[in-house]
Amino acid sequence: MRINNARRTATNYFISGLSILATVIVILPLAAILFYLIYKGANSLNLAFFTKVPAPVGESGGGMANSIVGSGIILFVASLIGIPIGIAAGVYLAEFGRGKPLATAVRFTADVLNGVPSIVMGIAVFSLMVQGRHFSALAGGVVLALMMIPTITRTTEEMLATVPHAIREAALGLGVPKWRTAISVSLRTASPGIITGCMLAFARVAGETAPLLFTAFGNQFWSFKLNEPIAALPLQIYVYATGPYDDWHRLAWAGALVLIVMIMVSVTLVRIFANRGVLKGGS
Amino acid sequence: MTDERDSRSAQPVPPVLRVPTVALERDPVSPEGDGSPSVIRDFLSKRGSGSFADNSFAAVMLLCALSIFAIVLFILGILVLHSHLSLAQFGWKFFTRQAWDPVSGDFGALPFIFGTLATSFLALLMAVPLALGVAIFLTELCPQPLRAPISFLTELLAAIPSVVYGLWAVFVLVPLMRDVIGPYLVKFFGWTTLFDGPNFGVGLLTASMILAVMILPIISSLTRDIMTAVPNSQREAVLALGATRWEMIRIGVLRNSRIGIVGAIMLGLGRALGETMAVTMVIGNHPNISKSLFAPANTLASVIAGEFSEATTDLYLSALIEIGLALFLVTIVVNAIARLMVWAVTRGAPARVH
Repeated sequence: MRINNARRTATNYFISGLSILATVIVILPLAAILFYLIYKGANSLNLAFFTKVPAPVGESGGGMANSIVGSGIILFVASLIGIPIGIAAGVYLAEFGRGKPLATAVRFTADVLNGVPSIVMGIAVFSLMVQGRHFSALAGGVVLALMMIPTITRTTEEMLATVPHAIREAALGLGVPKWRTAISVSLRTASPGIITGCMLAFARVAGETAPLLFTAFGNQFWSFKLNEPIAALPLQIYVYATGPYDDWHRLAWAGALVLIVMIMVSVTLVRIFANRGVLKGGS
Repeated sequence: MTDERDSRSAQPVPPVLRVPTVALERDPVSPEGDGSPSVIRDFLSKRGSGSFADNSFAAVMLLCALSIFAIVLFILGILVLHSHLSLAQFGWKFFTRQAWDPVSGDFGALPFIFGTLATSFLALLMAVPLALGVAIFLTELCPQPLRAPISFLTELLAAIPSVVYGLWAVFVLVPLMRDVIGPYLVKFFGWTTLFDGPNFGVGLLTASMILAVMILPIISSLTRDIMTAVPNSQREAVLALGATRWEMIRIGVLRNSRIGIVGAIMLGLGRALGETMAVTMVIGNHPNISKSLFAPANTLASVIAGEFSEATTDLYLSALIEIGLALFLVTIVVNAIARLMVWAVTRGAPARVH
C-alpha cells in the first residue's frame, strides 16, 4: 500500500511537471517569434518605410507604403461586403430562426466553412472573377469578404443570444414592430460584442496571404483602382521572404513587425472590450 | 361618502360604480396631458408596423443567412466546373498516379497526398501531447492569477498570421534544423533510416514542426473548453475516493471528454491539411515521395500556391484546380465530423470560432 502510494504520488508530480514543461515549450516559439521580429525588423522601420514604394533591386531605401495602403483598400472592400451580410445572417439566426432546423443547418455550415483552406477560396474566386479578365483589388476584397462572413455570423449570433428576452418582450409589448426591435433593441444592446466580433474577423483576414496570391496579385507601384492588381502587406512579405536579396529580407521582417503589431493591437482591444458588452444580471 | 349617496339617491348608478371610461381613440394621448397625439406612438403606427415590413425584413435576413449555403455551393460548383478538363483526362487515377510533369502534360496527385498526410500526421504527433499538457495545466494546475495571462499568450499564437510563421521558419528554424537539430537527430536516431539523405534544412520535418506550432493553439483552446464543460461533481467524486490530482484528471475529466478531445484533434488536423503559406516556404517544393524526413516534398496546398501563377496550359490549371477540389472536400468532411464530435460533448453551446 505504501509503495503504491509512493508510486501514485510520484506519477502525480511527474505529470504535473510534464504539463508545466509543455506550457513552457509552447510559449517558447511565441517569445522567439516576437523577439526576432523586433530584433530584425525594428531598425528597418523608418519614415521611408511608411511613405515610399519598393525601390528597384540593388538600390537601398524604399519601403512598403503601397502594401500598407493596398491592404487597407482590400480590407475596406471586404468589410463593406462581409460585415453587413454577416451581421444580417447572425440576426436571422438569433431573432427569426430560433429553433428552426434551417438555423441549425446554417450554423453548422458556417462552422464548417470556417475550416475551409483559404487557398481554395482564392482559386474559386480566381476562376470566377479573374480568369478571362485580370487581377483586381475587387476580387481580393470579395475573397476576404467570403472568409469574414461565417466568422461574423457566428459571433453576431452568440452576442445576440446574450440579450435577455425581457428587453425584447418589453419592446414588442410597447408595439414596436419585430424588425425595429431587432435593430434598435437587440442589435444596439449587443453592439459592443458584435463590434468586437467584427474586429476579430478583421484581424484574422488581415493576415491572410494565400487567397490574395491569385486575386489581388501584388503591385510594385501605387494603385488605387479597384480594377487593377494591388499590393497587400502579407503578400509582399511572402514575396520578399522567398526572394534572394538581403534588402528584401530586411523589408520582410519590418513588414511582418508592422502586421503583427496591427493584429496584436486588435486582438488585445477585443479582449479588453469583450467583457464590457456582456449584459450582467439579465433574465 | 354617506352624504354623497344621500344627495344622489335618485340616480340609478351609485358613485362607487361610476368608473371613468376611456374613449377608444385612434391616436393615444401624449404624456403632456394637453390632448395632442403621442409623437412616438404616431411615428410607430404610421411607419412599418405592418406585417409587410416585418416579413420583408425577415426575408432579407433569411437571404443573408442562405448566403452561407450559397458560398459553399458556389465554391463546389466552380471548382468542379473548372477542373473538368483534368477530370475527363485522368479520372480517379489522378489520385493514385505519381507523375507530375507539366511539360508533357502528365499529372498525378499522389506525391502531394503523401506530403499532406505525412506533414499532418507528424504535426499532430508533435502538437497533441503539448496541447493536452497546456490544457491540463491551464484548467487544473495553474494558479488563478496566472491563468488569464497564459491563456492570452496561447491565444496570441493563434492570431499570428501564417506568413509570419513562414518568415520566421525560413530564417530561424531552417538554419537551426540544418546546423543543430539535423546532425543531432542523425547521431542518435540514424538507425531508424528516417534521417538518411542530405539535410538542407527545408523538408518534411521542418514543415511538420512549424505546422505543429500553428495547430497547437486550436487544439489546446478547444480542449480547455471541453475540459471546463465537465461538471465539477465528477471531479469531486473521484477526489472523494482518494485519487491523486493526476488520477482525478485522468478518470474524472479526460475519460468524460474523450470524444470532445478527439474532435478537437480532428479540428487541428483540418487546419493542418489546409495550411498553405508557412508550409510552402519550408517544405522544399519537390513532388517526390521518400522515406527520409529531411527530403523536400510538397503538399496539396503548397503545390497550388507555388505553381498556380505559372500554370501555362489549360490542363495544368485544371489539374491544380482538381487538387483544390480534393482539398476542399477532404477538409469539409474532416471539419464536419470534428464539429459534430465537439458539439456532442459541449451540447450545443456555441463552439469557439477559429
